[in-house]
Amino acid sequence: MAQALESDPEVDMILGMGTREPSVALERAEFVRADQAYSILSRIVRATQVDTIVHTFLVVDSTRVSGRALHEINVIGTMNLLAAAGQSGSPVRQVVVKSSTLVYGSASTDPAWFREEVPRTSPARTRVERSLLEVEGFVRDFAEDNPATVVSVLRFANVLGTDIVTPISSNLSRRFCPSVAGYDPLMQFIEEDDVVRCLEHVTRNRIPGLYNVAGTGKLPWSEVAAICGTRLLPLSPVATRTAAAPLVQLGLIEFPPELESLLRYGRGVDTGRITKAGFSCRYTTAGAVESFIRALRLRRSVGKEPPSYTYSQDIEQFFRHSPAVVHSSGEG
Amino acid sequence: MTAEKETIERERAALVPLPRFENGTVEGHRLSDVDEWGRSEHTRAIARRIYAPLYNNWFRVEWEGLEKIPKTGGALLVSNHAAAIPSDAPVIMHGIEVELGRPVYGMADFFFRGVPWFGTMWARVGGVPAHPDNALRLLRDQGQLALVFPEGTKGPSKTYTDRYRLRRFGRGGFVEIAMRAGVPVVPIAVVGAEESMPILFRLPSVARMLGVPYVPVTANMLAFGPLGVLLYFPSKFKIRVLDPVKFDVPSGQERYSKSRIMDEAEKIRTNMQETLYEMLRERRSIWLG
Repeated sequence: MAQALESDPEVDMILGMGTREPSVALERAEFVRADQAYSILSRIVRATQVDTIVHTFLVVDSTRVSGRALHEINVIGTMNLLAAAGQSGSPVRQVVVKSSTLVYGSASTDPAWFREEVPRTSPARTRVERSLLEVEGFVRDFAEDNPATVVSVLRFANVLGTDIVTPISSNLSRRFCPSVAGYDPLMQFIEEDDVVRCLEHVTRNRIPGLYNVAGTGKLPWSEVAAICGTRLLPLSPVATRTAAAPLVQLGLIEFPPELESLLRYGRGVDTGRITKAGFSCRYTTAGAVESFIRALRLRRSVGKEPPSYTYSQDIEQFFRHSPAVVHSSGEG
Repeated sequence: MTAEKETIERERAALVPLPRFENGTVEGHRLSDVDEWGRSEHTRAIARRIYAPLYNNWFRVEWEGLEKIPKTGGALLVSNHAAAIPSDAPVIMHGIEVELGRPVYGMADFFFRGVPWFGTMWARVGGVPAHPDNALRLLRDQGQLALVFPEGTKGPSKTYTDRYRLRRFGRGGFVEIAMRAGVPVVPIAVVGAEESMPILFRLPSVARMLGVPYVPVTANMLAFGPLGVLLYFPSKFKIRVLDPVKFDVPSGQERYSKSRIMDEAEKIRTNMQETLYEMLRERRSIWLG
């Protein structure tokens, strides 16, 4: 995201925040290391007078963190973030929140394509879904209380791509990937580049509102597995979690609770609204699957993909900040 | 972008290379022909081949007014619904696909989607859960034919004593969808389905225990034993397509007058009921038509 924004000369300053150092090369962006609940954010907002906050840190994958950390990051983190953005005299004019289509859940009574205003049909049982619903509630309240601020919430479909690791992508990259016997759900994916492009589009054009973002079309899970060259490992349709538990313990599959209903009923979202707002994904759902498998094949052959960026950190710092580097046409 | 900015950009890219976003869409390669509703024309073709003998030789289906079904564009087909395992839906879908060469999406209760194996097969042969949003997308955005049974499960779950008496037509939702999508409603009257698997009585307590809409005891079970659970009687099918009903209201509205909707639904229901009685008056034999 920061890389995408850096290429825009209109943007004066980019400030990144996270618990870890950025993993990509950033040219202009500065980075602040923070705890996961963003408790120092209000001071940073006051100190730097930022006008735009892009909140991309919501956890949508419950296998990476414990339940408590999930709550801490998603719910408390967002609370702190919105509190900082909403403090009196706040310079913040725009908040963009990256959410997930997990908020719709997945059930047999679902429409084939969720529109943004259609509520989920089954109660939210998993931790991630509950926390995301809570977060979106905060954001809605914030938007109501701060009508002058542009607030956008983007619900992204399951992400596949060259680099991102999710339970779905790691399942697809193994020899066997789980399915629920008797079900072949239709899945919708988005490529990771499109996620960044969409965040950038919405941030740059200051588009308020709630949007679904996903690639066009849907693919049956069996076909996704076939494209990725992995075999389906059908789990019993009754007591599915119990059947999956030993395989998860052995590390053969990943099976977070939010995947169980998805592998039964799938999910689709209607992207008419974001299309009207001028954004369309480059990758269709099938395209996202292909992008993922192509990158995976390359990794399988040459190991971890060599970074296209080969400069060392010190040299980069030199290029960035040294007065010795001459800019022919002034500061950018 | 001004020349100056371009120079800065180029210079910066030379010093610190950053990934660039490419243009153009990436479609990806597909391995199956399963569409976004889960229907597969390939599976459907196999199903048609298996179903053809039943259609031609067992039920000996006869159509009347097939030309009234539009060749292009969306239309909402509504029909009466009968038999313990409804035999009318596959007959109508098969008939239209063979005669007109256009796919028909059969809209039915969500219940089917939740049943393992069956739900998947049902989707592959053109079943879609009956959700207003689904119908709207099929009819308005994709101009497809959608088949609905406004009686819902009340139709097939009725006992033999109530045969050919149309149940309540839901809440008229089908009329509202057709109005919103701006497509005609094409009523279809089916005679013969009722006798193909008549219900003698139902077992409500067993149905509750199994969590299914109804558990019937059919005449087929008495006649054929365990085979009768799936085996139909060879009743003669006659299907009559009625004149399409167009509504002179603007499409795309969020809401339509409830009284208008109920009136139109009732009008269609009355018309279908009268047609059914008329067809029964003409019928000499259940088995020979």
